[in-house]
Amino acid sequence: MATTVRAPLDDAAVKSLRAGDRVLMTGTVYAARDAAHKRLVEAMRRGEELPLPLAGQVIYYVGPAPAKPGAVIGPAGPTTSGRMDPYTLPLLERGVAGLIGKGSRSDEVKQALVTHGAVYFGAVGGASALLARQIRRSRLLAYPDLLSEAIRELEVEDFPLFVLNDCYGGDAYLAARETYRSGAGGSQRSR
Amino acid sequence: MRTIDVRDVRQAVAELLRHSAHSLPEDYLEAMRSAGRQERSPLGQEVIELLLENAAYAEAETIPTCQDTGMAILFVEVGQDVHFSGGEICAALQDATRDAYADLRKSVVTDPLLRVNSGDNTPALIHWEIVAGDGLRISALQKGFGAELMSRVSMFPPAIGEEGIQQFVIDTVEQAGPNACPPLIVGVGIGGSLDTVGMAAKKALLRPVGSVSPQPHVAALESQLRDALNELGIGPQGLGGVVTALAVHVELLATHIAALPLAVNLNCSAPRRATLEL
Repeated sequence: MATTVRAPLDDAAVKSLRAGDRVLMTGTVYAARDAAHKRLVEAMRRGEELPLPLAGQVIYYVGPAPAKPGAVIGPAGPTTSGRMDPYTLPLLERGVAGLIGKGSRSDEVKQALVTHGAVYFGAVGGASALLARQIRRSRLLAYPDLLSEAIRELEVEDFPLFVLNDCYGGDAYLAARETYRSGAGGSQRSR
Repeated sequence: MRTIDVRDVRQAVAELLRHSAHSLPEDYLEAMRSAGRQERSPLGQEVIELLLENAAYAEAETIPTCQDTGMAILFVEVGQDVHFSGGEICAALQDATRDAYADLRKSVVTDPLLRVNSGDNTPALIHWEIVAGDGLRISALQKGFGAELMSRVSMFPPAIGEEGIQQFVIDTVEQAGPNACPPLIVGVGIGGSLDTVGMAAKKALLRPVGSVSPQPHVAALESQLRDALNELGIGPQGLGGVVTALAVHVELLATHIAALPLAVNLNCSAPRRATLEL
């Protein structure tokens, strides 16, 4: 069964989640991907004010497709999170408590989740049309020149997620892979 | 000689791209249904069902299956007896891309260093082939770059043999892990030169999912590779399972006595692929 969590995340919510848990998230999350991350981190280095709050907040790595007339948002599935790894530590240091994307994170990011008490969630990549249905409101917040890469404030309701990396060092991808790896093909052969 | 008006080409290609963005090929959907029956992981089965539901919903609502509506890659086979009228064919194909992507995501930067979005998803990548006859056949891939990013090309000496080839493909998929959105379609190019081996791997993705090479030794390699990849445990979306690759398609090219060029082009579980003939 899925656990319901509210975004932004409080400390108790972060601590309650374990790798492999299913989650339905409701609340406010911020859409930002490659180009927006680069700008945010550069702005932080210059000591500028940022266009979004960070403490306790959840960042969703997504660049939505254009919305059909009358729709809240176009298809909006997760993009590959690893590309954001080089920009993630400063955000976690400033209190970001949740990250949503797909794919593996670097060891540095996984360690920083433990150090700073944060959670990395996965959404199902390619299920973008269905995921967009769980987004109730979308507001352009910053960097409109980046088009689909602009920062958006999204209100999500029962947004379906998996906990991939928790604040205790748990890793759902590694655990899953070990469960289903079989003798002849896997690690033995490639190492 | 047959005359084809490039304005007709523009209209047809724009429609092809618009349609392909929300309508996944039936051979892929059938491969996914079959994969759902083979998958042992309950979560893996659930992911496959969710992706099939997403495909059906996107088709019914005419909205893209994935927010990454890709870079348009066009493979154009032109009969040598064709004459184009009414404008420039290259410009018409770029116009078609611009038309189609008015309502799709703009995912192309014109300069890889400055990284400024072109604003209309052009340029499309266009590959030309002159063939016999007076036909025009255009195949399109709207390639998502989550999977493209995890693809690899490398130049090997011939001594690596089939074992080395298999190892490279397995390593590529293992490193891609969940990032490339499995279940994957794996295109493998073997031979040629640095420039053409990647093209062979990409063209392998144009084949219907699960089609078998007509060459028995290639078909055997495809089958062995698929089995090996499905032993990695990665599974649908990397959440564990026995379906990591829906299919492996291998294409060979003649090459030099000194080399064994190798390319692995991954396609995600939203393979936008379509073909038209005029």
